[in-house]
Amino acid sequence: MAVSAALALAPRLRVAPRDPATETEALLGVAGWAAQFTPGVALEFPDGVLLEVSGSLKLFGGLESLLERLRRGLAEMGWSSVLAGAPTPRAAFWLAWAGKQKFIGESAELDPVLAELPVEVLRCNDETLAAFEAIGVRTLGELRALPREGMARRFGQGLLAEFDRALGRLPDPRNFFVLPARFRAAIELPAEVTQAEALLFAARRLIVQLAGFLAARSSGVQRFALRLGHRDRAATEIAIGLVAPSRDAEHFTLLLRERFAGLDLAEPVRELALQADEVVPLAGNNLGLLLEQGKPPGDWGHLIERLRARLGVEAVLGIANRAEHRPEHAGVITDLEEKQLQLYFGERPFWLLDRPKPLAEIGAVPSLDGPLDLLAGPERIESGWWDGEDVARDYFVARMQSEALVWIYRERRGEGGWYLHGVFA
Amino acid sequence: MNSTASAFCSLPALLDRPDIWRGDGLSRAGTPAVPCGFPGLDAELPGGGWPAGALTEILPAHEGIGELRLLGPALAGLSQRGLRLVWIAPPHLPYAPALAAAGIDIANLVIVRTASPKETLWATEQALVSNACGAVLAWPRGAKYAELRRLQIAAEGGRAPAFLFRVPEAAGESSPAPLRIALGTSGGGLAVRVVKRRGAPLARPVLLPAMPPAVRGKNHHVDRPPAAPAAARDFPARLVHA
Repeated sequence: MAVSAALALAPRLRVAPRDPATETEALLGVAGWAAQFTPGVALEFPDGVLLEVSGSLKLFGGLESLLERLRRGLAEMGWSSVLAGAPTPRAAFWLAWAGKQKFIGESAELDPVLAELPVEVLRCNDETLAAFEAIGVRTLGELRALPREGMARRFGQGLLAEFDRALGRLPDPRNFFVLPARFRAAIELPAEVTQAEALLFAARRLIVQLAGFLAARSSGVQRFALRLGHRDRAATEIAIGLVAPSRDAEHFTLLLRERFAGLDLAEPVRELALQADEVVPLAGNNLGLLLEQGKPPGDWGHLIERLRARLGVEAVLGIANRAEHRPEHAGVITDLEEKQLQLYFGERPFWLLDRPKPLAEIGAVPSLDGPLDLLAGPERIESGWWDGEDVARDYFVARMQSEALVWIYRERRGEGGWYLHGVFA
Repeated sequence: MNSTASAFCSLPALLDRPDIWRGDGLSRAGTPAVPCGFPGLDAELPGGGWPAGALTEILPAHEGIGELRLLGPALAGLSQRGLRLVWIAPPHLPYAPALAAAGIDIANLVIVRTASPKETLWATEQALVSNACGAVLAWPRGAKYAELRRLQIAAEGGRAPAFLFRVPEAAGESSPAPLRIALGTSGGGLAVRVVKRRGAPLARPVLLPAMPPAVRGKNHHVDRPPAAPAAARDFPARLVHA
């Protein structure tokens, strides 16, 4: 149909030119994702992917369950699909191309089913199709009913060979698709998007593809990047780093959700690109033999990543002690899982105040909600002349009127005075 | 036939069933718990310790009267088994030297800082749902019943005891936490009052020594309270020179 005719019928029609390069890229993406189900993946340009699944049926729990996974995955990536199966790749592709969701297990059943398919599945040129129409041939069955010699003379030997391959009478070797070393996928959004939820929906398609690709390679990624392309500005890059390699699509989605929630988009997004360069081997998980009680223990790395994705990297930290006499330097905030020193410091409080709090002194006794009772001390700490933060203090353990125990000191320099520095709790 | 009948009829056998609960006893079977390290208190807690996979509210009368010391032995045991202790929105810096001295493996201690009470609740829920922690300690501010209920559901089925530190006034409000502990002081020790537990209510508080070990037994004034900075120089100070 001409574009002008189509527009006359549907004035709001949006016409987009076909983009063969993008189509091929999409096909390669689907092939990479599908390689998780079988190592035998072949491409049928421009829109077909062939999977050799006879060896995978048992692993994936039978044909129905495998088809279910294929359908769900393709739908999650945003593709509409027609799935068909046959003993030969050619026949399977013809069935799918003709829109028949049929699955034929035996070569003997193939002939009558193929006979019903329209001749268009042969994907001949227009001239040949016109010739078929002229002689009143509409289906493959009618075409095959013609004498072979005449057919070969009129339409070439190639057409007969196609039939024979479809029926398994001629070999039909395929080049299997080889997975690339790195993952790269992009989608152009149908409309400019500013909302995080819509963005996540689109990103999810890429993530499913990534997860399939990683499963096919028995690998995981420790970092990947999502690039949000804008019209007039430089792309926004979202880098996701993981504590341990993973290929869990649900986890990736959750991390992105948290990052999107805190994202301030300067411009609407037109394009999404997902990229994972470092693909590292990752073994599958073995399930325990016995069912364990309660919830299975969760993944520590996943928790840290979720918390950091929302609260920021610097919000999740560890603590450590240092070989230092100054209390504020002896116990510090550090990165997670730092190697720890075995040190002994004497009596120290569980809580240290961020900065010492000045205390009133009433009748020569330090006071905090009433006079403090000094229980132990003083412990003199005088240290740190080398870095300008030197201290000279006498520390005491004191009891408040409420019987809470606190750690206080008396400044030995300048104005002196009492300070609250810790709470024993 | 006879033996079957007797198995059904024997009262002790019947009472041993985990789904039978007697009003005067504590529900023990089926509640996994982490021993709290104080035998007197363990005996009063259902399951014999801090309940795993459930909220425990700690309501200290004042900050600093011993709320962390109470958890110390349990946290030390968990962390030494390689389990992570997640502290969410603590009011001050958890001081590594003291925690290490209490036997806690501080390499397994993780602090989560939050910017709002909402974030605190969110982070607590994540930590509980993940079931990847050995214990979760959180300092939520002004949490409502519905929010606590969410946390309790998140904790259920997990292996981690979850401690929520709340203000003493919260003892008057109802809470979905199956165990609620109010802390007060009594004669220099820590009075642990079980506000709520699964099973019969506990009338009397459990008394625990609350002081840091070095102070215990020296429960008296420093010989000469320092009157002025000048006098302090005469003190037999433990001098630390660098």
